[in-house]
Amino acid sequence: MAGFQIKLAVICAKTVNLIIRKLFRRNGSVFPGYIARLIFPDILPHMAGMVRGGIIAVTGTNGKTTVNSLIYHILKFEGKTAVINGNGANMLNGVISAFVLAADNTGALSTDYACIEVDEFAAAQIFPLLRPDCVLLTNIFRDQMDRYGEMDSVCGKIRLALSMVPKTRLTINCDDFLSFTLARQWGGMTATYGINEKVFDLFSSPEATESTFCYFCGEKLEFTLSHYGQLGVYSCPSCGFRRPEPDDTASDVRLKDGRYLFKVDGISVISRADEPYNIYNTLAAYAALKSIGAPVHDFQKAVEAFEYGNRREEIFRINGARVRLCLAKNPVGLQQKISLMAGDNAPKDIVFQINDRAQDGRDVSWLWDVNFGYLKKSGAAAVFTTGTRRFDIALRMKYEDISSRPVRNLRKLLMHLSMNGTGNIYVIVNYSGLYVANRMLHKLQKKGNARKGQFKKK
Amino acid sequence: MKLTIAHLYPDMLNLYGDGGNIRCLQKRLEWRGIETEVRAFLSGDKIDFEGLDIVLLGGGSDREQRIVCKYLKKEAQSLKDYVERGGVLLAICGGYQLLGNYYRTDRTLIEGLGILDISTEWAPERLTGNIVLKTPLFKNPVVGFENHGGRTFIGNYSPFGKVVRGYGNNETSKGEGILYKNVLGTYLHGPLLPKNPEVCDFLLARALKRKYGKDIALQRLSDRLEHEANCHIARRTRPCAVRQKHLCLV
Repeated sequence: MAGFQIKLAVICAKTVNLIIRKLFRRNGSVFPGYIARLIFPDILPHMAGMVRGGIIAVTGTNGKTTVNSLIYHILKFEGKTAVINGNGANMLNGVISAFVLAADNTGALSTDYACIEVDEFAAAQIFPLLRPDCVLLTNIFRDQMDRYGEMDSVCGKIRLALSMVPKTRLTINCDDFLSFTLARQWGGMTATYGINEKVFDLFSSPEATESTFCYFCGEKLEFTLSHYGQLGVYSCPSCGFRRPEPDDTASDVRLKDGRYLFKVDGISVISRADEPYNIYNTLAAYAALKSIGAPVHDFQKAVEAFEYGNRREEIFRINGARVRLCLAKNPVGLQQKISLMAGDNAPKDIVFQINDRAQDGRDVSWLWDVNFGYLKKSGAAAVFTTGTRRFDIALRMKYEDISSRPVRNLRKLLMHLSMNGTGNIYVIVNYSGLYVANRMLHKLQKKGNARKGQFKKK
Repeated sequence: MKLTIAHLYPDMLNLYGDGGNIRCLQKRLEWRGIETEVRAFLSGDKIDFEGLDIVLLGGGSDREQRIVCKYLKKEAQSLKDYVERGGVLLAICGGYQLLGNYYRTDRTLIEGLGILDISTEWAPERLTGNIVLKTPLFKNPVVGFENHGGRTFIGNYSPFGKVVRGYGNNETSKGEGILYKNVLGTYLHGPLLPKNPEVCDFLLARALKRKYGKDIALQRLSDRLEHEANCHIARRTRPCAVRQKHLCLV
C-alpha cells in the first residue's frame, strides 16, 4: 500500500514540478513537497529510509547553505550520489521536495547519501521524520529575533529537536559555548571541531555579542582566545565548564594571495575562500562526513575546487567594474562582510540593501549591534543605501559619522556606479534581496558582454 | 557642559540593538559641542549613581534578567534615590519590567527592583511588531518595534504614549510605557532614540536641566534622515491582525 502511495506522490510532485518549470523556468523548491505530503503524509520517513549510506542534517544560524553544498560537493567528488535541498529550501516541504524529485518514477530512490539543510525552527518537525545519522550544528548567533525569539528559546528549540533523535551523532563547533552547552544538556554522542589559533581580525567582532555567562552556574566565562561573536576558547572559573579539546581542528592558517591556506586533520588545503569563517565551514563539512564514515580520500582536491559563494554570493563584471555581491542577514554575518571590506585596500563603492520583508525579519534593530566604525578605514569612496529600510541603515551610519545616500533603484545605481565609480563595488544585501540582486547582476553582466561582442564584430 | 551616561550591564542586557540609544545620546550631545562620558557597568561592578546624568537599562532574555536582578538588587536603594531625585533613566523592555515589583512568568516569579509600583504578567502569545505612539510631548509620532511576552500594568502612573498601532503595555489599556519624574520605561526597541530624535532631545534636556538647574536650549540639528526613517514606520504600520481578532471576540 505504502509503495503505491509513494509512487503516486512522487509522480504528482514531479508533474507539478514540470509545470512550475515550464512556467517559471526553474525547479519548484517547496510546492512539489507540499503536493507529495498531501498525497502521502508519511512520505519523508519512507524516502529517507531508502538512503543507503547516511543522512547528514545541517542546522545552525550561519553557514548552513555553504557547509551543506560543500558536503554535497565532496561526496560527488568521491563518486557518490547524494540528495540535497538547494536554494535554502530548508523547511519541511523543501526537504520533501528534494527527496521526491530525486526519486525515479516508480517511487524508488537510489542514492548513497543525503545532505539536508534544516531551518532551526523546523528542526523539531523534520528530525523525527528524517532520522539523520549526523546532525551538524554550525553555530548559534542572534538572528531575526522577531521570528526566532531570544537565544534561549532558539537553543530550546534545537534541544527539543535533538531529543527526538537521541541516537544521532551530533557534530558541533565547540568554540561556540552555546552549541557546546546545548550538546552537554542533550547528552548524546557528540563530535567537536574548533580552531586553536588566532585567525579572525579585530574588525570581525560585532558591537554587541551574546552574554557569555555559564549556563550551569551563572558565572561569567573567561576567554583566553576570542575569534568573533561569542566564539573562542572559554572556561568557567566557578564550575569547571570549559571548551573541550576539539576532535578536529584547522591549523597553520595563512592568507596568501587572497586565499586561505590551512590544514585539516593533516591534510593541507589551498582553499578558494577569502573570508576566514569559511575555514570553520570547511572544518564542519569534514567533521560531519567523518562522523558518518563517509569517504574523504579526495578531500583536498574537492575543497580546492569548491566555490564558497554557492551561486548566491558571486563576483560580477559590469561595464568593466568588479561587483561583489554578499549576503548579510544578521549582525555576525554583516560584521564579517565589514571585515572583508576593511581588508581590501583598494578604493571602493559600497551599497547596502536592507529589506524588512517576512524572510528578513520585520525588525532591523540588529543593524545597531554591528560595528560600522571599521568602515571608515575601508577606503570607501561612496556609500549608498537601498531597500525598504534604506533610511534605517543610512541613519545607523550617520551615527558613526559615515555619510551615505539613500536611493530607491538598485539597478540604476549599479549602472551609474559601474561607469562612474571606483570600479570596485561591494553590494551587501539581506536575504529577500539576494536572489533578485543575483539575477539582476547576471543580466547586467550579460548585457555588457553582448555589447562588447557587438563592438568586436564591427 | 558635560553629561555622564551610564550603560548598565551591556554584557547581559543588550538585545535588539538597545546600545544604539547610547550612541544616539552621545552623538547628539557631541554634535552640539557638549562633552559626554559613557560608562559601562558590567555585572558585578559597584555603581555609584552620584555623578551620573543619564542611565540606560536595556533588555535581556528572561534568564539574563534573573541574573541581572541578582546584581542590581544590591543597588536598588541607590537607584531608587537617583530616580526620586530626578535622575534620568531610560529603561527598555526587560529593563522596564525590572523596575516594577515582579514579573510573573509561566514557571517562576522574577522579583523586580520595586522602584515603580507596577507589575508584569506573562502570557503565551508574544506581542510582536512595529508600534506607533502618539504623545502630546512630541510633534512626530514615536515609532519602534516591540517584542514581549510580558503584559505590564502601570496602575495610576501615566503612560509614555497612546498606542496608535501595535500593542503597548498590554492588549487592553491602549497605553505604552511609563513616564514618571525623569524615568522613561518602554517596550520600544528599534532602537528607540535614533528614529525618535525628539525623545532623545527630551531626555537630554531633562538631564541638562537637572544638572545645571536651568533650562538649556538645545541647538537644532538636521534630522532629515531620522524623520524619513520615522515616517517610513509610521506610514507603513497597519493595525495588528491579532488586535482586530480581540475586538471581534469582544
